[in-house]
Amino acid sequence: MKVDQTKPLEYSTEQNNLNILGFWMFLGAEIMLFATLFASYFTLEGRTGSGPSGSEIFEIMPVIFETFILLTSSFTIGLGVHAMRLMNKKATIAFFSITLLLGLAFVGFEVVEFFTYIEEGAALQTSAFTSILLSTLGTHGAHVTFGLFWGLFILIQIKKRGLTPETANKSFIFSLYWHFLDVVWIFIFSFVYLKGMM
Amino acid sequence: MDFFDRFAIPHPSPVIYASMVAITLTLVAIVAGVTYTKKWGYLWREWLTTVDHKRIGMMYLISALLMLFRGGADAIMMRAQTALPENTLLDSQHYNEIFTTHGVVMIIFMAMAFIMALMNFVVPLQIGARDVAFPRLNALSFWLYFWGAMLFNISFVIGGSPDAGWTSYFPLAGNEFSQSVGTNYYMIAIQIAGLGTLITGINFIVTILKMRAPGMTLMKMPMFTWSALITNLIIVFAFPVLTVALAMGTIDRLFGGNFFTTTDGGMDMLWANLFWVWGHPEVYILILPAFGIYSEIIPTFARRNLYGYKSMVASIVLISVLSFVVWVHHFFTMGQGAMVNSIFSITTMAIAIPTGIKIFNWLFTLWKGKITITVPMLYSLGFIPIFTIGGVTGVMLGMSAADYQYHNTMFLVAHFHLVIIPGVVFAMLAGLTYWWPKMFGFMLNERIGKLSFWLISIGTCVAFFPMFISGLDGQARRMYTYSEATGFGIWNMISFVGAIMLAAGFVTIVYNIYYSTRYASRDISSDPWDARSLEWATHTPVPDYNFAITPQVNSSEAFWDSKKNGHKLFPGEYKEIHMPNNSGVPFIMSAIFFVLGFALVFSIWILAVIALLGIFACLAHRSFEQDHGYHIPVEEVKETEEKLGGARQ
Ligand code: HEM
Ligand SMILES: [Cu+2]
Repeated sequence: MKVDQTKPLEYSTEQNNLNILGFWMFLGAEIMLFATLFASYFTLEGRTGSGPSGSEIFEIMPVIFETFILLTSSFTIGLGVHAMRLMNKKATIAFFSITLLLGLAFVGFEVVEFFTYIEEGAALQTSAFTSILLSTLGTHGAHVTFGLFWGLFILIQIKKRGLTPETANKSFIFSLYWHFLDVVWIFIFSFVYLKGMM
Repeated sequence: MDFFDRFAIPHPSPVIYASMVAITLTLVAIVAGVTYTKKWGYLWREWLTTVDHKRIGMMYLISALLMLFRGGADAIMMRAQTALPENTLLDSQHYNEIFTTHGVVMIIFMAMAFIMALMNFVVPLQIGARDVAFPRLNALSFWLYFWGAMLFNISFVIGGSPDAGWTSYFPLAGNEFSQSVGTNYYMIAIQIAGLGTLITGINFIVTILKMRAPGMTLMKMPMFTWSALITNLIIVFAFPVLTVALAMGTIDRLFGGNFFTTTDGGMDMLWANLFWVWGHPEVYILILPAFGIYSEIIPTFARRNLYGYKSMVASIVLISVLSFVVWVHHFFTMGQGAMVNSIFSITTMAIAIPTGIKIFNWLFTLWKGKITITVPMLYSLGFIPIFTIGGVTGVMLGMSAADYQYHNTMFLVAHFHLVIIPGVVFAMLAGLTYWWPKMFGFMLNERIGKLSFWLISIGTCVAFFPMFISGLDGQARRMYTYSEATGFGIWNMISFVGAIMLAAGFVTIVYNIYYSTRYASRDISSDPWDARSLEWATHTPVPDYNFAITPQVNSSEAFWDSKKNGHKLFPGEYKEIHMPNNSGVPFIMSAIFFVLGFALVFSIWILAVIALLGIFACLAHRSFEQDHGYHIPVEEVKETEEKLGGARQ
């Protein structure tokens, strides 16, 4: 494996470059995935059948908490990558751990939110609106949950193997993923919750 | 009892029982054969775990040919059923099932696999690369496709086939009207195979963008590679839409969701839109690689470089963009109003312009060429007129007002078969014959090949031209029978005859493979067609590492230049070569996907959870694994090169 010392660690080998470009392509596909979900959401938003509408079930406080938590985690993972660039293994691990804890809190909030919805009579089966609402939120939530495990595995690897071209590459790609989920959430926050509550 | 009822076939018939027996016997025979010849180890080491793009290409090829026969059997049954008025060969339910599986098998599991086969084999060679960017993911793509196809294909012996058409329109595909698990198979099997396709898309974009030989700028890429690049871009943008649509359909069917229902706010037209936002680009995912193949074959056998290279590239790009903005033409009659219909009419007709440019470029390439008529060339020449007829009728269908007359009639069926068969099937057969010597080290027999060509091309015309007439006379598509008084009988009988000719043509292809495997000379050069692009510059059979020395490229026909103008293709010396290790994980993980799919089809939740954990375990294993591949030392490269008939330097 040839390592190019002049480049940041995550870009330092040929395979690393391929991996990063490949991941951007994957994000392109993810954008299409969420775009399709959003398009469907806007189509079905008003089709509540005999179930509740968005304004009847959305609550602002938990959503603001969730948003705050996720935005913070995106910031801390940025700090983590910065620490990685400075080759500070300890700080990298610390910031990544904080990120994952915040992610865990986010998922916790979301699970509670789902149970509240179902209690209030907005289950997956209730109407076209609740089907798409829970599917869109669920897809994002599942992505975050998946990310928790993925991030945890990378964290263990950094701990065991240190900051190598490989672990750096994985961490960097993971940070792209995490930022992407944050961007998606901002769309959900604005166009699902805020718009729904107006 | 309830449990077993779910697995029973809702509409059993002697044909299905016979197939069950046949499938079981085949499986037993395969297992016994492999055990007897002690080939399990070989199979596992050399094929099931391989990450070599050439072998993956061959496995795609074999699967595609198998699927061609599965889909073909459905087709013959359909044509036989409608050959006579009031025929009772099949009942209506069985007819619904076979036209559904015919469409799905042919498009998703045959045509897509065929494209993947050629793309996998050819693209890395054409760009002078060692392999694709992510060899392991490539294996995963293949096995996901393979196990998805298996899942789909067991549907008719376990639980019942899908019966709502390959378009699977709701509410017809909902639980109310499609009560068997058939449509569950549709939703889940396509989902699994589609995942594989998406991964291929990402893999090949990165491969083509990043792994080209030095000197090969984008505008010096061979046309097939260009078409592969654009096709994969379309895949990455179109397949996620299908993923979402299928997931919604699955939620509706398995969990009682309300996306596409007709109550509680559900909207069946959302399915139609999402399906065709993927579906129309999908037909261009099929046709663009075919265009690429013709653009390789025509210059080779006209002994002339491709006319209008730049306009060829521009037209592919334009087609790919337009392919995303025409989807409504598939349901002009389903109520969107004149304004929307008109806009989509115009975008639809616009596609004919870049397509026309390509046709003219091929004709100009032929114009002053010195043409040799080989089998690949015959398919390319046959493609031009038949495809043009199919395309022109497409433009007719694209006029929204006129489409009210043609829509959902046999006219439409004639249109799409007359674009897909010359466009995709001819191209695949042409490509198969053309690249066969590179893949297997011998040529296919030309005489038998020409016989296949004539049977297939005449068969296509005989089978599908009559449908224009019966369609204009009002024969609806997917009608399982009709009365004598309609007068459709004669046209359907002619179609049936054409279908038999087609079937005969495909049988001769298999015979050709058998015959040539036994008798063809193994003593062929590495460049038997006197071709132009890089894949012909390496040895036959292609060594694992493709090229001992990375080629240096100076035009889109570098190999031709090296032969005619003395361009030096392989400068430098042998170096040690880095190669990826084989891996069993892609195979195992995809097999677990099959289990997951099966569990979901029948709502066996415990099994589904176990399978999910299995998939997760595979991912975790991959995350922690450290695998840097291995190196082939210089001496070994040298040795291999000498053995294969002279070192390249
Ligand atoms: C100039 C190019 C083309 C035009 C203008 C065109 C136009 C159309 C239109 C308007 C329809 C819908 C008609 C209806 O449902 O009433 C249609 C259907 C179809 N076309 Fe084309 N087409 C073109 C090329 C192709 C190509 C290259 C392929 C395949 C490789 C293809 C495959 C299909 C298929 C499969 C359907 C039927 C889908 C179904 O309803 O099951 N078309 N085409
Ligand atoms: Cu279309």
